[in-house]
Amino acid sequence: MYGLFLRHFYLITRSFPRVLDLVYWPTIQITLWGFISNFFATHTTYYNNAVGVILTCAILYDFLFRTSIGFNMLFLEEIWSRNFTNLFIAPMKIGEILTSLVATALIRALIGLIPAVLLTSPLFGISILDLGIFLFFLFLSLYLFGITLGILVSAGLLRYGPSFENIAWSTMFLLAPFGCIYYPIEILPDVFQKIAYLLPLVYIFEEARNILINQTVDIQNIYNAFLWNGVYFVLSIVLFYYSFNVAKNKGTLINMGE
Amino acid sequence: MKNLVEVKNIKKNYGKNEAVKGISFNIKEDEILGLLGPNGSGKTTTIGMLLGLLKPTSGEILINGQKLEGNRIEILEQINFISPYIELPKKLTVKQNLTVYGKLYKINNINERIEFLSEKLRLRGLLNSITGELSSGQKNRVSLAKALINEPKVLLLDEPTASLDPEVGDFVRSFLEDYKKEKKISILLASHNMNEVTRLCKSILMMKDGIIIDKGNPEELINKHGRKNLEEVFLKLSRSKNELN
Repeated sequence: MYGLFLRHFYLITRSFPRVLDLVYWPTIQITLWGFISNFFATHTTYYNNAVGVILTCAILYDFLFRTSIGFNMLFLEEIWSRNFTNLFIAPMKIGEILTSLVATALIRALIGLIPAVLLTSPLFGISILDLGIFLFFLFLSLYLFGITLGILVSAGLLRYGPSFENIAWSTMFLLAPFGCIYYPIEILPDVFQKIAYLLPLVYIFEEARNILINQTVDIQNIYNAFLWNGVYFVLSIVLFYYSFNVAKNKGTLINMGE
Repeated sequence: MKNLVEVKNIKKNYGKNEAVKGISFNIKEDEILGLLGPNGSGKTTTIGMLLGLLKPTSGEILINGQKLEGNRIEILEQINFISPYIELPKKLTVKQNLTVYGKLYKINNINERIEFLSEKLRLRGLLNSITGELSSGQKNRVSLAKALINEPKVLLLDEPTASLDPEVGDFVRSFLEDYKKEKKISILLASHNMNEVTRLCKSILMMKDGIIIDKGNPEELINKHGRKNLEEVFLKLSRSKNELN
């Protein structure tokens, strides 16, 4: 028994991503649900005139989640099946690998999204299409951020190996409190608001609520979302190339073990 | 015969650890070069550098006259690799796996190529089987088919017959001999099976602690060291101090 405990203890203490994983799940859950509870306790009438806002935001968030996790899954599948080396000795440029993963992640996310969208109407009498033409821009923005997160996590997998896998699963939850998915940004403390404004998520979800509740469109929110998406997307590509070069120096590409 | 592989004084350091300390060798067309050495001698690091998966700390690698540095994609089109430590996706059928790699290597006539390889490697009846459900010997032949899908000029083999039964091992060795003769390719064979190396290789490099400690053909090495076979030469060199760089 003690031997088995030691086996896992040694593994955890030798891996920073695993230690981080242990600490941050409870922190994130408490933070997220703390803000949600706080919001509903102080703004009981906020959603009265817009049935389905929460559900719409949940679908939007799920699309982001599926895109990001979908991208990570494609990368992780190659590690789990021990096919990683085969992939990286094939004559493909890094740009080609990324492009194919980005396209495949979109198809995966759409396969999950379409049934969810279709089900909300007969089950709850709500249509996400109420967001109109701007729905396309919101989805595009979420897709961009989803694949950006996917590329960032894949860069971490290249750099640190499979132990970075836990981070892959939890990036979305880490950002959820700052994303203001289910509550307006005003509910966050000032410091958190400053962080939230540096993410495209807050503009996307603020705009979704604005369209559904106020029946108006604030183009500035959509513009800000794309602006930040552009910044993070470029950053993620640069980081991926950097991680690839580090992996070539450290030997991670031929040694994808624990 | 021209050199398809030219390795010029390559070194690889991981921090302060010198995994490969400046080795040079060539592999000619229609030649199988054996790469022998105890675990940790630098064989896998050397193969990693030849595949472009590892960046040498210094030195130069040329494949078919082209520098690997700066021409990685063009060179990867001409080489391939097989190792028991890497696998193909298990859930895909054999044909799906070979088709995927045919596409990745931009093969025009994929079906013809798969047909040819499945005939040569006795895979015809397995094409629609799930790869993960195959025996070790069958998986090995599928991996070999994948490694030959692009008709490589240079083939890197890391223990290609490890864990195979004698019959399948013999089949793979015979296949490699015939294929090399027919296509005039260069093969680098890293193996711990001394009978296999004696049978397939006309020349051998012995590595230890990141350097080449001896080289020659199997017979020369056996005579030079006064041993009965290559395994005894391997044991002697592995246990001795470095003799030659």
